[in-house]
Amino acid sequence: MAEAYINLCYLVSSALFIIGLKCLGSPRTARTGNLIGSWGMLIAIAATLLGKSILSYELIIVGIVVGSFLGVLLALLVKMTAMPQMVGLLNGFGGAASLLVAGAQYMTQGEQNIYVLIGIVLSVVVGAVTFTGSVIAAAKLQELISGRPLVYPLQKTITLVVAIVTIGFSVLLVREINNDYLYILSAISGLLGILLVLPIGGGDMPVVICLLNSYSGMAAMFTGFTFKTPNAMLIITGSLVGASGIILTAIMCKAMNRSIWNVIFGGFGQVQQGGAAATKAHGNIKSGTAEDVGMLLDGARLAIIVPGYGMAVAQAQHVVKEFSDALMKKGVDVKYAIHPVAGRMPGHMNVLLAEANVPYDQLYEMDKINPQFSEADLVLVVGANDITNPSAKTNQSSPLFGMPILEVDRARAIVVLKRSMNPGFAGVDNELYYNSKCMMLFGDAKKSLTDLISAVRQ
Amino acid sequence: MDFNVLVQALTILTLAIFVGFEVIAKVPPTLHTPLMSGSNAISGITVVGALLAAGGGHSQFAQILGVVAIALAMINVMGGFVVTNRMLRMFKRKK
Repeated sequence: MAEAYINLCYLVSSALFIIGLKCLGSPRTARTGNLIGSWGMLIAIAATLLGKSILSYELIIVGIVVGSFLGVLLALLVKMTAMPQMVGLLNGFGGAASLLVAGAQYMTQGEQNIYVLIGIVLSVVVGAVTFTGSVIAAAKLQELISGRPLVYPLQKTITLVVAIVTIGFSVLLVREINNDYLYILSAISGLLGILLVLPIGGGDMPVVICLLNSYSGMAAMFTGFTFKTPNAMLIITGSLVGASGIILTAIMCKAMNRSIWNVIFGGFGQVQQGGAAATKAHGNIKSGTAEDVGMLLDGARLAIIVPGYGMAVAQAQHVVKEFSDALMKKGVDVKYAIHPVAGRMPGHMNVLLAEANVPYDQLYEMDKINPQFSEADLVLVVGANDITNPSAKTNQSSPLFGMPILEVDRARAIVVLKRSMNPGFAGVDNELYYNSKCMMLFGDAKKSLTDLISAVRQ
Repeated sequence: MDFNVLVQALTILTLAIFVGFEVIAKVPPTLHTPLMSGSNAISGITVVGALLAAGGGHSQFAQILGVVAIALAMINVMGGFVVTNRMLRMFKRKK
């Protein structure tokens, strides 16, 4: 196929990707959008394969078959609660693929073109950082390594030194074609990715995953610049993904009232040891039973459920749905309040509840649900903590101060399902638990919910 | 690539970024997880670069890198589209 026709196909593919993303703007059209995107990909791959620059097909077919098989397998087997790890891992594969392409391009550089070389260097560095960073992030989410922030002496200095060395080798790579520099740059960039993500704790993972998502797009975009004739398909698509990740990162940061620098370099969750003592709340905690909650629900009209990461850990989404069904049967209106950073990635709770067949119009964003808490007869907090802490609004010395929260303390009664009194990710005591309207139901969330269901049904 | 070609590529890049921001900003929070897995899938577009690197009759080592890159990118493409579809199938309205 002639060059111009291939480019025409790329134009069609790019348009299909944009239309596909546009369709993701509503749950009604989202599935179609995903399908449109996959058509775009099929056209792009087919056009490339039919191009004159492809000389041998045997190895290529092997790569496509193996990759597709593994991808489908992964997609069909992964549990919905494990979606953050899955997305994390895919970010990493995207970065690694870009790194390898840039590497191959560097080795086959006949002439030395400065723009191509810069494209290669950026693709190598961003690709490698994305790859190793994502592997660490996924390992933390899967709890293969501790989800807590890993800090060691001179951590920031070491990271800074590695970053400077990375820049140094980037310059060398552009100035002189030498494969050894390429290997060293790949390795040192990979190290940088590890050092950047290791100190970041599990609760900050939504930000990290979004950022790495953006990087995987940027790496693909830079790869577009590694060709003598820049590849518009890679540039456009890479930018779309890059923009998407950046937007999500910004949303996550805003929902935690923290800057991106603070997330990456702040080492949240480690500085709070002192802070936790300072913000220790005082008062009595009221612990109750399922029957007590059942009584609270007599004559209730509106109940709001606040899910958090604990619901995912306990795989409790199905029991939550059963509980809300039991309530609705009694004529109680049930709404779900979703904080933007509930869970380990944006939209994590929405997917889990969708899996449990909760209709999405029963889910409310923070701004929409906050004015409704004062009308709620009962709020049930399932495995959420920091995002409900009123001290984020009232206590200036709290590390959470300024973070937008779900204002559950305005409800008539609050019930918190919790395993123990351990503080949440931020290491801060939750003032909510000392509120006289609040009742704690200690134990496994699934078990507590099952008890609640039978209490409601009586 | 001369300077003029670079500027043309940067033009495409800039416009694509603007389109990206416009389109993605309208995606509601409830669909943010499928958005991420969906963008995983389309970031597998690196496969186009990988195909060119693997099939271009370059040195054997470069070809091997290309093939591994193809496999990795295809994991993204297929894994991303399939898991996104799996998720979106579950999103239902109130009856």
